[in-house]
Amino acid sequence: MSYTTQEMMAIAAARVLTNEDVCFVGIGAPSQACNLARLTHAPGITLIYESGTIGTKPDLLPLSIGDPELCTRARCTVSVPEMFQYWLQGGRISVGFLGGAQLDKFANINSSVVGSYARPKVRLPGGGGAPEIAAHCRQTYVVMAQSRRSFVDRVDFVTSFGYGEGGDHRERIGLRSLGPTLVITDLCMMRPDPTSRELSVVALHPGVTREQVQAHTGWAVRFAPDLTTTEPPTEHELIVLRDLLARTAQAHGSASA
Amino acid sequence: MPRFLPLTTAVAASVQDGMTVAMEGFTHLIPFAAGHEIIRQGRRDLTLMRMTPDLIYDQLIGMGCVRKLIFSWGGNPGVGSLHRLRDAVEHGWPRPIELEEHSHAAMANAYHAGAAGLPCAIFKGYYGSDLVGNNPNIRFVTCPFSGEPLAAVPALRPDLAIVHAQRADHEGNVLIEGIVGVQKEVVLAARQALVTVEEVVDDLSAPSPNSCILPHWTVTTIAVVPGGAYPSYAHGYYGRDNAFYTAWDSISRERAPFQAWMEQHVLGAAPS
Repeated sequence: MSYTTQEMMAIAAARVLTNEDVCFVGIGAPSQACNLARLTHAPGITLIYESGTIGTKPDLLPLSIGDPELCTRARCTVSVPEMFQYWLQGGRISVGFLGGAQLDKFANINSSVVGSYARPKVRLPGGGGAPEIAAHCRQTYVVMAQSRRSFVDRVDFVTSFGYGEGGDHRERIGLRSLGPTLVITDLCMMRPDPTSRELSVVALHPGVTREQVQAHTGWAVRFAPDLTTTEPPTEHELIVLRDLLARTAQAHGSASA
Repeated sequence: MPRFLPLTTAVAASVQDGMTVAMEGFTHLIPFAAGHEIIRQGRRDLTLMRMTPDLIYDQLIGMGCVRKLIFSWGGNPGVGSLHRLRDAVEHGWPRPIELEEHSHAAMANAYHAGAAGLPCAIFKGYYGSDLVGNNPNIRFVTCPFSGEPLAAVPALRPDLAIVHAQRADHEGNVLIEGIVGVQKEVVLAARQALVTVEEVVDDLSAPSPNSCILPHWTVTTIAVVPGGAYPSYAHGYYGRDNAFYTAWDSISRERAPFQAWMEQHVLGAAPS
């Protein structure tokens, strides 16, 4: 079956999740990946949405972080202060998903402003839960389509801290969590170097070249010596993902009131 | 016991120019009808706080009601930007707006602190974030026991909280179900609380002894407004109109169509 680069990104992100994971799920690409994992190889995965739903098993993807679908199909729903205090800050989440407008080579994320903070050229939505998701989940995965505008040498503004200026910067500011251990894009997978913490490409998606990745990256990108190729999507993965997206589009296209 | 008033009177009695108001509801139970009534009554210079400004604050900002916004995520969920918020920040239209920006964890903790009568909230947060230098209300304290640095933000204590809820009984006790967000915290943190409800019933029929209930003495004013959270939703009553949230992107993108929409659907509409 043929597939799009967006589908490859969602499927690659889903594959790294396991039955044992407790995921803090964001809207959009992360929600696609987490639910695809749940509907394929990881039926036991626990999905948590910041609106307070724990053990969420939505039949379709929510448009917002607090759609009714999430609450009616959750094991329980807690208040938002409890979610951030006991569950996130308390260290009960294994994987957090992040995305943003800009990502840099040390996996710092900007979702606040393009340009200066005081006089922004573009005012973006802001951090929401991300600054503390980046801090308190055991590790975070970033899912973002790759372009020179979004993958930049230095972000305009650090909304969510990745590895800062690299090296042991995380440890120096008191963080104990692993940070962004994996970046999944529509072209490749990147992981931080164990010492410098600069992102390097560890796998190319099928048919993607090193030159293509470099053309879509705003810094001189490194490639791992043991660079691999991502397995292409299986027919089963594509069918489940497309069914999920079709159900979702149908549900959100019409007023539910 | 709270006073039961029609929405128009309730808003007129509760909201004055220059007040600090929190209209909360984490995607769920957003008090749209009350927000629209504030717009119709032409309130000005409001300081508004809300974790996710959502369409309701986009509308209040675009109509010139707002001087300052305290928030933690200012987008149209799953859709994109809040264009009226962006226009105010990027171009000062229809008036410049002051921002105080936090993370969700900070605001949730700050409402919690407000409800608990604390002057500030202390939590583990804002590590390495540039929000720190840009918001003087984000500071750090040292734990007196462990020596660990901890983030601190002032408690949120709005003059008025406005929330929507499923139902109240005749005594004025209010039941909230589903995604409860910060509804309880914001009501307890505020000096006064206006609650709009779907209905008033003889018996709240709380489903569990642990149900989320605002006892009557914590609520100042109740207005019965069926559909008052639309186009957000009221769990057990009606769903979220996701198609409208998507349509808001094109309605609000430019100033003139936004104003025309507000003219037709809010200013020209009879109060509920």
